Amino acid sequence: MSSSPTLAARLKGRSELGVALLLGAVGVIVLVDALALATPYSQSDPVGPKTLPLIVAAVLLVCAVLLAINVLRGGQGEAEGGEDVDLTHPADWKTVLPLVGAFVANILLIDWAGWVISGTVLFWGSAWALGSRHYVRDGIISVVLSVITFYGFYLGLGIPLPAGLLKGIL
Amino acid sequence: MDVFSSLMDGFATALTPMNFLYAVIGVLLGTAVGVLPGLGPAMTVALLLPVTYALEPTSAFIMFAGIYYGGMYGGSTTSILLNTPGESSSVVTAIEGNKMAKAGRAAQALATAAIGSFVAGTIGTALLAVCAPIVVDFAVSLGAPSYFAIMLLALLAVTAVLGSSRLRGFASLGLGLAIGLVGIDSVTGQRRLTFGQPLLADGLDIVVVAVAIFAVGEALWVAAHLRRNPLQIIPVGRPWMGKQDWKRSWKPWLRGTAYGFPFGALPAGGAEIPTFLSYVTEKRLSKHPEEFGKGAIEGVAGPEAANNAAAAGTMTPLLALGLPTNATAAVMLAAFTSYGIQPGPLLFSNEGPLVWALIASLFIGNFLLLLINLPLAPLWAKLLQLPRPYLYAGILFFATLGAYSVNLQAFDLVLLLALGALGFMMRRFGLPVLPLILGVILGPRIEGQLRKSLQLSAGDPAGLWSEPIAVGTYILIAIILLWPLLYKLYRRNRPATSLLSPNATRGNEPADADG
Repeated sequence: MSSSPTLAARLKGRSELGVALLLGAVGVIVLVDALALATPYSQSDPVGPKTLPLIVAAVLLVCAVLLAINVLRGGQGEAEGGEDVDLTHPADWKTVLPLVGAFVANILLIDWAGWVISGTVLFWGSAWALGSRHYVRDGIISVVLSVITFYGFYLGLGIPLPAGLLKGIL
Repeated sequence: MDVFSSLMDGFATALTPMNFLYAVIGVLLGTAVGVLPGLGPAMTVALLLPVTYALEPTSAFIMFAGIYYGGMYGGSTTSILLNTPGESSSVVTAIEGNKMAKAGRAAQALATAAIGSFVAGTIGTALLAVCAPIVVDFAVSLGAPSYFAIMLLALLAVTAVLGSSRLRGFASLGLGLAIGLVGIDSVTGQRRLTFGQPLLADGLDIVVVAVAIFAVGEALWVAAHLRRNPLQIIPVGRPWMGKQDWKRSWKPWLRGTAYGFPFGALPAGGAEIPTFLSYVTEKRLSKHPEEFGKGAIEGVAGPEAANNAAAAGTMTPLLALGLPTNATAAVMLAAFTSYGIQPGPLLFSNEGPLVWALIASLFIGNFLLLLINLPLAPLWAKLLQLPRPYLYAGILFFATLGAYSVNLQAFDLVLLLALGALGFMMRRFGLPVLPLILGVILGPRIEGQLRKSLQLSAGDPAGLWSEPIAVGTYILIAIILLWPLLYKLYRRNRPATSLLSPNATRGNEPADADG
């Protein structure tokens, strides 16, 4: 233990405090929402709709406080490993952000342009973000996957994915 | 109707050509996702839920059962051929299994894992068929207070026992319960946590939550830490075992099964503890203790058997009580509900044919796994070479497709991304995922039982402990929750140990503070 760490020094490298903050925020939201609920007195439901939300809010708030204390005292959550995970290098945002970008593009496009186009964008964009540089091969795989799933869901399962711009063609 | 004739009827249902086909699809798919990094059986079942709405429930569950057992099997292949296990239950297998593979005995390691899984899975499923009806007979007499207590035990035990940090477990549980609250309260019709958003009134679809946490969270997390230099995959031929291997394997298989089944059936037992216990036991009993750490076949045979027996054990509380103890079982519970089937002790009487067909299909799936996987092992090993950009792009692609096809609304994809980010954060900061999923699925059910209990007692809290089983369960819960404290007291009363290492205990405190 260092002798008398200043607050700034203690905060450094403690991004996990963000988790405590999130827990606290969710706890407050659950609490406020629960308090706004009306509880009509009823013989058939003495517990009412409020009880569990209040308990959940309490759990979250207590966890938020304890986690903050734990982190400030040097506790640390263990990052999850895995077959393809290499924890020796820091988080690679240059991969994650384009990946999220491809995901968001899909959300924006799916209802307007249709699944075949948005799914293609999603797969191609994700593969690119993850480091694939076979542009043409990736493109072919993306289109084939999107078209197959479109028809598979439509014909096989009776789930009509949106055709969007390609309506009439598909 | 006795167990045997019900089971035979189950086989008759499960062996119809269509259902048999679904069993084959299930085990193939299960093994594939088990082998592939980043995918697991829980996520696969969740992804397939919307797709299987068009199927008969029986066929769907036969396929899910195949995925569940196949996933266990595939996980062991990965941990033997790569040294980094994907599931926590195959960590132990990797210790000796990978050493064996490196020493050129991959074929024997895979064979003892496959045959051991078959033996353990078959015995475990037989135990399930015998035990589940007994548990049901006992469970039908239980009322809401007991169910409330047992569900609470399952939730708290999973949260407190598994994982390295209790505090982070409870944080995850709290988030899960909060997610489970969203939507219209079933008793009073009031909206909770919907923020005036009509799309949230029906609650968050479990498919969206599970796929987001398991698939999207995992893909984003791996993307952030993708290995630059690919792992070495050990090439393998067809699995086989020599006479000596058989001789050294059969006892560990049986002992592993004996550990695995009961632990799997307990709330929070899981597969990690029995695989570890089996490893330690085999190490102690082995005639070749010097081989442990260098690739002892007993160290693969025992834990693998324990792993699969635990999988069968998990099905007992799921089918008999409607109580899931791991992620896959939790998603299967959600599947029952989405088919309009009430899980719980009445399942056997109301849906008898389905349950017995499901149990029969577990036997069939086990046999298929042995039959398919011994010759196909080299092929599964090839699957490990799939380029990672395609693998993770594919996971995101199918996650999106699965979540979107539930309601066909883009709003679900926004939720998928938001909860995926939550899954990412949980992996980054070591919050376990299982308590969250159990909280989402069990939260509403627990609330229902709580309300029913107090309704019966007209609001008197004493109604909660009006049944002896409930009282016993609360005592168990108290022991589990207070265990770290009791342990500390015990240590404190033995000054010798605390005097010897005062610094060691103090150094541990920040990590212990969450206990």
